[in-house]
Amino acid sequence: MASQAAPQMKTQMNKKVFQLLVDNTSGVLSRIAGLFSRRGYNIESITAGVTADPRFTRITIVTSGDDEILEQIEKQVAKLVDVRNIKVLNPDDSVYRELCLIKVEVTEKSREGLIAVSNVFRANIIDVSQTSMIVEITGNQNKIHAFLELLNGYKILEIGRTGITGLTRGDEDVVWFDD
Amino acid sequence: MNGAEALVKCLEQEKVKSVFGYPGVAICPFYDALYSSEIETVLVRTEQNAAHMASGMARVTGRSAVCAVTSGPGATNLITGIATAFADSIPMICITGQVSSELIGSDVFQEADITGAVESFVKYSYLVKDPNEIPRIVKEAFYIANSGRPGPVLIDFPMDVQKAEIKKFEYPDEVKLRTYKPTVKGNALQIKKVINEFEKAKKPLICAGGGIHLGDAAAKLRELVEEYQIPVVSTMMGIGVLPTEHHLYYGMVGNNGSPAANRAMREADMIVMIGARVADRAVNQTEVLTENTVLVHIDVDPAEIGKNAGATIPIVGDAGHILADMAEYEIDGDYAAWIKELDGYKKDLKVIRPEHPGYVDPAAFVRMLSQKMEDDAVYVADVGQNQIWSCRNHIVRNGRFLTSGGMGTMGYSIPAAIGAKYASSGRQVVAVCGDGSFQMSMMELATMKQYGIKVKIVVMRNSYLGMVRQYQHFSLKDRYAMVELNNEPDLEHIAKAYDMKYMLIADMEDAEKQIEGFLADEDSCLCECLIDPMDLV
Repeated sequence: MASQAAPQMKTQMNKKVFQLLVDNTSGVLSRIAGLFSRRGYNIESITAGVTADPRFTRITIVTSGDDEILEQIEKQVAKLVDVRNIKVLNPDDSVYRELCLIKVEVTEKSREGLIAVSNVFRANIIDVSQTSMIVEITGNQNKIHAFLELLNGYKILEIGRTGITGLTRGDEDVVWFDD
Repeated sequence: MNGAEALVKCLEQEKVKSVFGYPGVAICPFYDALYSSEIETVLVRTEQNAAHMASGMARVTGRSAVCAVTSGPGATNLITGIATAFADSIPMICITGQVSSELIGSDVFQEADITGAVESFVKYSYLVKDPNEIPRIVKEAFYIANSGRPGPVLIDFPMDVQKAEIKKFEYPDEVKLRTYKPTVKGNALQIKKVINEFEKAKKPLICAGGGIHLGDAAAKLRELVEEYQIPVVSTMMGIGVLPTEHHLYYGMVGNNGSPAANRAMREADMIVMIGARVADRAVNQTEVLTENTVLVHIDVDPAEIGKNAGATIPIVGDAGHILADMAEYEIDGDYAAWIKELDGYKKDLKVIRPEHPGYVDPAAFVRMLSQKMEDDAVYVADVGQNQIWSCRNHIVRNGRFLTSGGMGTMGYSIPAAIGAKYASSGRQVVAVCGDGSFQMSMMELATMKQYGIKVKIVVMRNSYLGMVRQYQHFSLKDRYAMVELNNEPDLEHIAKAYDMKYMLIADMEDAEKQIEGFLADEDSCLCECLIDPMDLV
C-alpha cells in the first residue's frame, strides 16, 4: 500500500447567510456560537435581536465552507432544541444590511470633502469634533466596501461594524409565530 | 412544598424507580426530599459511575434513568458519563446541585459552570431560576431526553431554588415546546421508493445500528427480514437486533467486525442503514459505497444523513415507525441466491486465531460464557481488547449486549452492569472487563456490597493495556510505553475484601466446568481469566 496520502481535493469555499428564528431562552446565543466553534465551522458575522414577538430572537449568521459543511451547518443548527427555524438567505431573493460607524481624522480643510463623499453615499455624519468625525453608513457589504475605498486618502481612527442582518423579500416563506 | 420536593414529585410522576448519585451540600435539599420518597437511592463511589449506572439502566429499559450529584467537582466528575451516554444516544436525566443563584458567577466554593461545560455532550440543559418552573422543566427534560434521537438532559439546580417555596404544584400533561418537534414518521414516498429498490435489488443488505434498540424496533425488523429473507449485519451498537445465530444474521461490520459481514457490505447492491451513523469504525466508505450500491439511510436525526455518506434514498424518522410502514407493503423479491452466497462467506471467512497454550483463549471463553448464560441475560462489555473479543464472539439470544460504542469509555462495564441489574433485578447480568478497565471502576464493588447487587464480573487479565499495546505492536515497533500493569493487585484479596466469591480460570482445560460454576448461583462473583499478554484481537 502506498504510504503517502492522496492529495486532498481542493474544495470550493462558499459564503452563505443563514437566518435563524430561535426561542429567546437564556444562553441560546452561546449554544449556537458553541456549536459553530466545536464543530469547526466559521462565523464571519453574527447578529441577534428580539423579534416582534418577544419570545423569539432572530439571528443572522454569515458563514463559509464547502457545500457539505454548509449542509451540515444547516442540519446541526436546526437540531438545536431552541431553534424554531433556519433558512438560507439567497442574495437573489433577500435583502442584507449592515451598519458601519467610521471615525475619521479631519482638519478644517478636509472636512468638506468628507461631507461631500458621505452625502453621495447617503451616509450620516453623527459626530463632529475639532479633529475627527464619525460617519454612519448603512447598506449591503458592497456599498460599505466601496465607501471605505473612497476614504483611502483619510486617516481612519476606528471602525465599528454590526455584521449583516437580512430578510427574504416578499411574504412567501414567512414563519409565523404560533402560540 | 419547596423546589426540591417539587422535583422529587416530578420524578415520581415520571415513574422513576431509582436515583444514582453522590451528595454534597448543594444537592442536600434534593436528597432530603428524596428521603421521604419511595424512589430508591444508590450511593455510588465516584460520580462518573452514577452516570454510567443511569446509562446502563436506560439501555435496558429504553427510558430515561436519573443520576443526581452535587455542584462543582460532583458535577464535573459526571461529565465523562454524560459524554458516554451522548455518544450512544442514551436518554438520561442528570441533576446537579448548584450554588445559590445570587452567588453564581462569583467563583465561590464548589461552583462550576456545569451547563456551560456539558454543552457539547447534552441534548439540552436547564439552569432552574424559578422554582415554579420546575414541573414544566422536568416534563420537558424527560420528553427531550426520550424523544427523537435520545440523549442526556441536564438540570442544574441552585441551592436557593431547591429551598424556595413554590406556589402550586401542577404536573403538566403534555409539553409545549415551540421549537422542538422531532420527525418520527418517515416520508411515505421515500418508503415506497425503498420498496421499489428492494424489488430491483439482487443483493440487498440491512445494516442495523443502535437506533433499532433505541426505537424498540428489533421485533419489527425481525418480522420484516424473516418474511422476505433479507440478510442483516449490524454495527457494534446494533449487536443483538437479531439473535447472533439467526440464519439471516451475518455479524458485525467494521474494522473490528466479522469478515463475512464486511464482505457482505462490499458485495451488496443495496444497503439499508437503519439507525446507524455510518461512523468511521463501522463503514469504510471507499470499500462499501461504490457507484453500483443503492444506499438507503434511515435515521431519526436528519443531521446524521449525509454527514458521513451520501444516501441514494434518505429517510428521516424513527426505526420503529418506518419498519411498521414498510411492513404494509408486499416486497416482490427473491434473494435465495444471495443468501447462499452469504452463507458461503460465513462458512469460509473465519477469523483463525493462533493458539495460546497455557492461557485462556478469550474468543473461545466468550463463546462458552455466552452459551451458558441465561437466555435473556445482559452482557456488558468494557472497552479495550475485551470489548472486541466480546463483540465478535458473544452469542446473543434473547438478551442484550451493552457497551460504550461511540465514546469508548474504560471503566464503563461494572457501573453499567449495576444499572442494568437495577433495571431488571431478575435478569442475569455479566460485566466483562480487562484488568485496566476493572481498576478504573473497582471502587463500585463497595456499592455492590452495600446494596447486595448481584452482578457477575469477568476480568480478562493480561497485565497490559492490551488495545494500546496492540497498537504499539503494529504502529510503534513494539515500544510498549505506558502500557504495562506490572505488580498488579491480587484480585482474590480484592474479592475477599468486598465479600465476593472469587474464581481463577488459568487455561482452557477446565474452563467449561468453571464457567458453569461461575454462573451457577445468583451471587456476585469475580472471575479472573489469565490471557496471554501478547494476545491480539
